[in-house]
Amino acid sequence: MSTPRRVAVVVEDEQPIRRFVRTALESEGWSVHEARTLREGLHEAGARKPDLVVLDLGLPDGTGIDFIRGFRAWSPAPVIVLSARSDEIDKIEALDAGADDYLTKPFGVGELLARVRATERRRAGVSAEARFRFGDIEVDASRRVVRKRDDVVHLTPIEYRLLMLFIANHGKVITHGQILRELWGPAYMEHGHYVRVHMGHLRQKLEDDPGQPAHLLTETGVGYRLVDET
Amino acid sequence: MRESTTLQQPCETPAGRIAKYAGGLVACALTTLIAVALLPWLDLANLVMLFLLNVVLVALRLGRGPSVLAAFVSVAAFDFFCVPPRMTFAVSDAQYLLTFAIMLAVGLITGQLTAGLRYQARVAAHREARAQALYEFARELSSLLETERVVETAAGQIGRTFQAQVLVLLPDASNRVGPAGADTKPPALDVAAAQAAYERGDGAGKGADTAPPDPWRYVPLRAPMRTRGVLAVRPQASHSALAPEQQRHLETFAALTAIALERVHYVKVAQAVLVRMESERLRNSLLAALSHDLRTPVTALIGLAESLALMPTPVRDVQAETAQAIVDQARRMSQLIDNLLEMARLQSGEVHLRRDWQSIEEVVGSALRFARPALSGRRVEVALQPDLPLVEFDAVLIERVVCNLLENAGKHTEPGSSVRVSARLRDAALEVCVADDGPGVPPGQEDAVFEKFVRVDSASSTPGVGLGLAISRAIVEAHGGRIGVARGAAAGAQFCFTLPLGNPPPVPNEQDLPPGAATPARVER
Repeated sequence: MSTPRRVAVVVEDEQPIRRFVRTALESEGWSVHEARTLREGLHEAGARKPDLVVLDLGLPDGTGIDFIRGFRAWSPAPVIVLSARSDEIDKIEALDAGADDYLTKPFGVGELLARVRATERRRAGVSAEARFRFGDIEVDASRRVVRKRDDVVHLTPIEYRLLMLFIANHGKVITHGQILRELWGPAYMEHGHYVRVHMGHLRQKLEDDPGQPAHLLTETGVGYRLVDET
Repeated sequence: MRESTTLQQPCETPAGRIAKYAGGLVACALTTLIAVALLPWLDLANLVMLFLLNVVLVALRLGRGPSVLAAFVSVAAFDFFCVPPRMTFAVSDAQYLLTFAIMLAVGLITGQLTAGLRYQARVAAHREARAQALYEFARELSSLLETERVVETAAGQIGRTFQAQVLVLLPDASNRVGPAGADTKPPALDVAAAQAAYERGDGAGKGADTAPPDPWRYVPLRAPMRTRGVLAVRPQASHSALAPEQQRHLETFAALTAIALERVHYVKVAQAVLVRMESERLRNSLLAALSHDLRTPVTALIGLAESLALMPTPVRDVQAETAQAIVDQARRMSQLIDNLLEMARLQSGEVHLRRDWQSIEEVVGSALRFARPALSGRRVEVALQPDLPLVEFDAVLIERVVCNLLENAGKHTEPGSSVRVSARLRDAALEVCVADDGPGVPPGQEDAVFEKFVRVDSASSTPGVGLGLAISRAIVEAHGGRIGVARGAAAGAQFCFTLPLGNPPPVPNEQDLPPGAATPARVER
């Protein structure tokens, strides 16, 4: 009992889905508490102070977005959202409200646990690191130098800031809106094409095959995600 | 009320005219009798007044002609019976000639004035009756909501008002006019003339210049937006053509009818739109509910099967294989559900595109990631023309198209074969192609493969129900593009789709960052 048991709350109205999410999380050593509705979920979260929330967006007594807003008011713990494939707008809304990641139904146990581990790693702290590596790319934040297989890569200021934004959130989906707000400001929220053009340039400079990126992945209709392993 | 709206001019038959003149004469005779009886007591000057009064009364009752007659007869009778020497036209005193002249003049003038007054009163009454009839007609029409009732009311009212047989001819779907509601064609109705009037939009038939001997008159029902039909009118008194004033009147009735028909038409249109909106809403919520209810058990199935491997007592290999088989089947079912729902959504008519300026490179990249399981073992080559412009499309849907084409290529090729994705500019469009070296599409089947539920090699064991390509076509066409299949460069099939190019918004340039140089603190513009 060297480390205290990590606590997860699963808010989902479908019992079979709750059941396998519980099985999966417990296999990784989580202590799991279940809730079936939005009200129960907020109550359970308040009582258990969880380190992780797995949240279905379509709850019988409201949308999961409301849960995220309520929960974010007092807890920074990661929230992973479960959503249907065609609901890109819901996903964006959830991410913008403060969700950390999402899983598209149907999803497997492997995908669920991979996302959970990624959020865990992110929480362990990236910001402290001055050096970051993914694939054969090395970023030295203290000297602002980006290398690919030991060759210096020339980045424009926007490309560099874009890359740093991904590194700070590596493994996590960043929506187009979040990128625009971060790099250009809230007045540029409708300029999604800025992001696409600069992402294209960044991929040209960093990816081996920009047409089949290995690290700077597109989450179509939602945003982008930096992954270090493919 | 109905009688008052009858506006047919009263007939001036010769017999009626003679009767009026005879009435005038009788009135003169009576006046003369009274004058002769009063002769001993009254001056001749006062008797003249009596005769003049008679002329005024005749003018008032019987009109202009009889009053002129009465004026002359009165002068003659006054001379003959009253002025000495009596019982002869001879006049003893020449000054009576002046009396006669003035009497005649006063009689004629007052008679004329009175008759004019009478005529004006009649015209006013007539006008009022007409306005009343129009008002009643308009009021009756305004409360009607069905074409049949408008037709019925118009035919009835106009028929009574003009004492004519009236038919309303409405256009059918192919714009040919025909009697509304009537099964039998009325005699002598010239449908060709009615059609001509309908198309030209002005009157034909009786009273119009182009008239062959046709008892019917055709008045087009012109409404603000378009001509709504033709009014066919056959006056019952077949000899009498319609007076110009009546023609104008008839046209007013026709205009009212046309406006009522148009109003009813738009009421129907509005109702149809409402019904469509309602059914659209219903279908969307049904699809959303269906999608949720179908996905939930599939998600549970996959998750539960996969979590078997996490059980405290590890499962044996054969059990793990079974669990994996369940997962594979559940994923296939999930894909099928996605396709069916997507097809239903696209079929429901209104595809809501979330267009934005997108990079085809991104979409190809993520589609390849999605389709990786289907393409396992195939060599995948990506050949995108450098510096492709951004194109406006719905990224999620176009990713779906590329994904479907890739999965299709995977389905119809063996591991070890190669799949090539390419994109280039061609004729003001972006062309994206997915080519494989599989068996290809049999000649003559190039269109059929895009039909729903069509599979070219139905005997093969390749899974699928043939929705992927149909969905792809629906999506591409919703974007204003085209999709087709051709023989590949070497062998196999080459599916290509196009997306029209636009003018992408500009993206501000920036200077390259020198290696190792510090980023400016703020780069916001």
